[in-house]
Amino acid sequence: MNTIVQLSYFLAAVLFILGLKGMSSPRTARKGIVWAGAGMVVATIATFFHPEIHGFGNYVLIVIAIAVAGGLAWYSGKKVPMTDMPQMVALYNGMGGGAAAAIAAVELFRALGRVGLDTQAQAQQLADQAGITLKAAEAAVSAEGGVTTSLGSAIGGDVAILGLLGALIGTVAFSGSLVAWAKLDGRLKRNSLVPGQQVVNIVVFAAAVIFGIWSFYTGSALVLLIFFLLGLLFGVLMAVPIGGADMPVVISLFNALTGLAVAFEGYVLGNPAMIIAGTVVGSAGSLLTQLMAKAMNRPLSNVLFSGFGTGASTSEEGPEGEMKEVQAEDAGIMMAYANQVIIVPGYGMAVAQAQHKIWELVELLQDRDVTVKFAIHPVAGRMPGHMNVLLAEAGVPYDMIYDMEEINAEFERTDVAVVIGANDVVNPAAKTDESSPIYGMPILNVDEAENVIVIKRGRGTGFSGVENKLFYADNCSMVFGDGQKVAGALVQTVKTL
Amino acid sequence: MIIEGFVALYIFMLAAFTGYEVISRVPVILHTPLMSGSNFVHGIVVVGAMVALGEAQTVPQQIVGFVAVILAAGNAVGGYVVTERMLEMFKSKDDQKKGAR
Repeated sequence: MNTIVQLSYFLAAVLFILGLKGMSSPRTARKGIVWAGAGMVVATIATFFHPEIHGFGNYVLIVIAIAVAGGLAWYSGKKVPMTDMPQMVALYNGMGGGAAAAIAAVELFRALGRVGLDTQAQAQQLADQAGITLKAAEAAVSAEGGVTTSLGSAIGGDVAILGLLGALIGTVAFSGSLVAWAKLDGRLKRNSLVPGQQVVNIVVFAAAVIFGIWSFYTGSALVLLIFFLLGLLFGVLMAVPIGGADMPVVISLFNALTGLAVAFEGYVLGNPAMIIAGTVVGSAGSLLTQLMAKAMNRPLSNVLFSGFGTGASTSEEGPEGEMKEVQAEDAGIMMAYANQVIIVPGYGMAVAQAQHKIWELVELLQDRDVTVKFAIHPVAGRMPGHMNVLLAEAGVPYDMIYDMEEINAEFERTDVAVVIGANDVVNPAAKTDESSPIYGMPILNVDEAENVIVIKRGRGTGFSGVENKLFYADNCSMVFGDGQKVAGALVQTVKTL
Repeated sequence: MIIEGFVALYIFMLAAFTGYEVISRVPVILHTPLMSGSNFVHGIVVVGAMVALGEAQTVPQQIVGFVAVILAAGNAVGGYVVTERMLEMFKSKDDQKKGAR
C-alpha cells in the first residue's frame, strides 16, 4: 500500500510542475491549473491510505475537517467579487502557512514528550506511536543515541532544525498574510503599531531566533511555545507598516515563504510531495516577488524596510490651489471634441463596477473618430494584471490596452486624460517630492496631458494615504460621484451631441 | 519512506531550480494568476496535515492536527477556485484577441 501512496505523491509532484509551467503562458494557463488540481486530488486520496494514519476517530476528524474547510473555501472562493481576489489569495496563503506551522507544532511537541525519558520508556512510547514491536523500537531508540536531553537529540538534529525553521517561516507567513488580508479588505488601516518599529522588528526577530536555538538544546515546552508566539508576533509587525501599492509584492513574498515552510515540514514528515511542491513554490514565488518589485521599479528591500507612509506624512505640506469641480456633462463634451483620449482605470473603477459603462462610452467616442487608449499602470488595482482582467471582462479588445512604458510618452500629445478611480499611480509627487512616501515609484504622466478629468467618489486620499497634487493642478477637473453613475452620465452626454 | 539528509538536499536543490526555470518567462499580466496558482500548489500541505492528525495520540495533538487540516484544506480548495476564476477571464481575453484579428 505504501508503494501506491509514494507513487501517487510522485505523480502529484510531476503534475504540479507541469501545472505551474502551463500557468506561466496565457495559452496554456487554464490547462495548467487543471493539471495541478488533478495532482492535488491524487495526493489527497492516496494519503487516506498512508500507513502512519491510525485510529478510526482520527479518520473521522480528517474527513470532517476537509469537508467543512473545503466547503467553506469553495463557497467563499466562488462568491467573492473579482475586485476582492487579492485579499482572498492572501487569506488562503495565510491558511497554508498556518497549516505548516501547526504540523510543526504537532511534531515538535510530540518529540518533546520523549525528552528526558530513559531508553526503555522511550522505546515503549515509540512502539505505541508508530505501531511497531517493542524490540524494533528499542533498536531504533538506541540507534538514535539512547537517553535524550533535548529536542535536537529526540528527533535528530536535521529534522529538528528544519522543523523549527519551517515553524518560524510558517508562523510569520500565517500572521503576516492575515494582516495583509485585513489591510486589503479595509479592516485594518494603521501603518505602524509602535514607535521605532524597525528596531522593535529586529529585536523580535532576534528573540525568535534565540528561542528557536534554545528550544533545540532544551526539552522545555514553554521555550518552544514562546518561540511559536514570537514568530506570530513578528509576522504581524512585519506586515503592518507595509501599505499602498507594495501590498501585492508582500503577499507574493509570504506566498514564497509558505512554500518553503511546507517544504521543510515535508522533510520532517518524510513526505517527498510536500518537499518538491513546497520548494518549487518557494523558488518560483521568490522569482515572482522580484519580478513584481521590478515592475514597480522599487527594490525589494525598499518595499520591506522603508516603512511606507510613516514619518513622511508629518513633514508634508498641504497642496496649494483648489480642486476644480465640473459636472459630468462638461467632461463628456470635452471628451467628445478631443482628438485623443487616454483612460487610466484604477481600483475605484473596479469597485464601482464601471468598466462596462466605460467601454460603452469608448465605443461612442470611437464612432466620433476620437482615438481612445487605455493606460494600465503595473500595479493599478490591487495587483499586477488586475485591471487587464476587468477590462477583458467588459469586452475591451487587447490592442487598446497599453502598458506604462508604451504610453507614457503619449500623454503630452493627448487632449484629455481620464482618470477613473486611480490615485497614487498618477500622483506627480512620486516624481517631484522627495519627502513623499511614494517618491520614486514610476507613475503615468497624466499631468502632461492638456486636460485631465478625474472621476472620483470623494475627496479622500488614495490607498497610500498621500495627498495628490494632480487634483489641484490648473489643467485638472474633478468629477465627483460613483464611477458607474458618472460613466452613465458621460454616455448620455456624448449620445446627445 | 525515510528521506536521508543528502538525498533531501539534492531534492531541494533540483526543485528550487525547477521552480525558477518554470516561471522565468512569465508575462506581467499573468503575475497575479500565477501567484494564486502557486498559492494553490503549496496547498499540498494538506497531506502533511492529514498525517499529523492521523498520528495524533493525545487530545491536544488532535486539536492542533485538526486545525492544521482545516487550514490546509482551505488553502488547497480556496486556492484552486480563485485561480480558476482568474484564468477563466484570461481565456475570454485570448479568444477575443483571436476574434479581433
